[in-house]
Amino acid sequence: MAAVRTGSEIALNRFAVVIVLIVTLIFLAPIYWITSTAFKPRNLATTIPPTVVFEPEISPFVKLFTKRAQLRSAPTPEEYAAAPWWERLVFDGGEKVVRSGKGEVQLSGYPSRFMNSLIVAITSTVLAVGMGTFTAYGFSRFKVKGEQDLLFFILSTRMLPPVVVAIPMFLMYRAVGLNDTHWGLIILYTAFNLSFSVWLMKGFIDEIPKEYEEAALVDGYTRMEAFFKIVLPEAATGIAATAVFCFITAWNEYAFALIMTNRRAQTAPPFIPSQVGSGLPDWTVIAAGTFLFLLPVAIFTFLLRNHLLRGMSFGAIRK
Amino acid sequence: MATAVMTTLDQRTRAASRGMSDISIRNLFIIPTILFLIVFNIFPLLYSLYYSFTDFRASTNAPANFVGLQNYRELLNDPFIWSNFAITAQYVIVSVTGQVLVGFGVAMLLNRDIPFKGLITTLLLLPMMLSMAVVGLFWKLLYDPSWGVINYALGLGNFEWLANPKMALYAVAITDIWMWSPFVMLLSLAGLSAVPKHLYEAAAIDRAGSFYTFFRITLPLVAPILMIAIIFRTMEAFKTFDLAYILTSQPTTEVISIRLYKMAFQEWQTGRSCALAYIVLIMVIAITNIYVKYLNKVKER
Repeated sequence: MAAVRTGSEIALNRFAVVIVLIVTLIFLAPIYWITSTAFKPRNLATTIPPTVVFEPEISPFVKLFTKRAQLRSAPTPEEYAAAPWWERLVFDGGEKVVRSGKGEVQLSGYPSRFMNSLIVAITSTVLAVGMGTFTAYGFSRFKVKGEQDLLFFILSTRMLPPVVVAIPMFLMYRAVGLNDTHWGLIILYTAFNLSFSVWLMKGFIDEIPKEYEEAALVDGYTRMEAFFKIVLPEAATGIAATAVFCFITAWNEYAFALIMTNRRAQTAPPFIPSQVGSGLPDWTVIAAGTFLFLLPVAIFTFLLRNHLLRGMSFGAIRK
Repeated sequence: MATAVMTTLDQRTRAASRGMSDISIRNLFIIPTILFLIVFNIFPLLYSLYYSFTDFRASTNAPANFVGLQNYRELLNDPFIWSNFAITAQYVIVSVTGQVLVGFGVAMLLNRDIPFKGLITTLLLLPMMLSMAVVGLFWKLLYDPSWGVINYALGLGNFEWLANPKMALYAVAITDIWMWSPFVMLLSLAGLSAVPKHLYEAAAIDRAGSFYTFFRITLPLVAPILMIAIIFRTMEAFKTFDLAYILTSQPTTEVISIRLYKMAFQEWQTGRSCALAYIVLIMVIAITNIYVKYLNKVKER
């Protein structure tokens, strides 16, 4: 780290760059493999040596969204010509799209699971971040008796193993009919994210100078007005970062969803593995489903990159 | 001067009296959250505490009979449960050690003049943001003995990873290391970049060896943050469920969460599983305590 760099130091630095590049490639390889498999024809998904260069196809995504059945006999040329482009892709794979009596295309289980994931993740995020922001403000600005104990209590609820909480919750949900409903999962995810949201938001609100609201109070604002008009806009970045974290957690959650839902309200994480089942799975379809599921998280991670450290340490470490 | 102060005070009290008082706002903001967490976290735990003293089975309508400490006694004397704990411990040690070595190692390398450092860091962080269940599932294809990319890349032929009772737990740990080394890296990087540069300059002037510099300057200063990473990962690895459950069904990978899940939702031994849940819970609370202590320590710096 001396100002004058010696030859050996430059060599060492080059060595570090090479290792870092290799490590990065290794870490990205599984994600690359998911992405590339999602665009492969089925027969190229499981080849030895692995297929790296190929003509990308959209057929895995068509298969992902439609309900399909094995073709008993090849489609007639008229049938083939009458079919829309995406249905031909399914024909090419030796399968046909299942249609209802009225000729409507039957969808696979995936779109509804994806929608369930969206509904549950978005609603629980709004609730957790909303409540968390209020509570964080309360802890940040007012004297609270036993503040440290309460904050520890709030954080400790996050550390509970999901399976431990799931057993009594399952019994309670069964008693009140919340099993396999959106609200059942939304409540669980809100509770799970709430503690995180309080801790993280408290850090963000602590950073907003108290003087801003005090000035507003002097100008005749009520405390509520000061909170909504001064504090919330100042905390906007923090709220956005917290929301993204909560969304990703709810979006990725598996154990609660596996236990509490089975069909109507099932989210994508327990659904996608259940599609592997027995026999030879079509990995291109699984990869397509995985790819679509991971895409929002990948985008959010990129947007969130400067706040990751803070979120991962519950707001304890600020950059 | 004096009048100015007087009017300020006056305005403030008037403003406050127009709206809600600070105390009622505080209560309005805090109490719902506390109540929510009590209703949906603490109350269920009390509920299961009660069941842990019964022979209740959720699959039947038979009423729960109070059996006292029998569930706890049987569980603690059950060698199979202890083997589940041993598997969990082995998993925790392997995966956390791996994550610390890889994560801290990469952080040391990244803590230099590296081109595109920001981009590389963001890309490296991607695995930990993804769903364990969904990405874990895909590792099944990577580990496949006949057409898995891993065997091909390493030239291992038809080596069995997941179907091999001896290898399966390591395979799960490797996937976990892939996912969570970035977490250790992220925290280590924060620790490393906070080490004051002048300490290194002083060491260089004293012609201190790099070995000495690392153990006397770098490591002690990074240690508290590294400890946070280690304790947090230990806690998460202890609770692990998704990856092991999805990747294999080997008895050698039956970590305690999987045993608990099976006992509760496949064998329907509800009472017994509540007791086991409590044993696990006590362990988790112990680790959480240590974790929060370190978290506050770092926060105070």
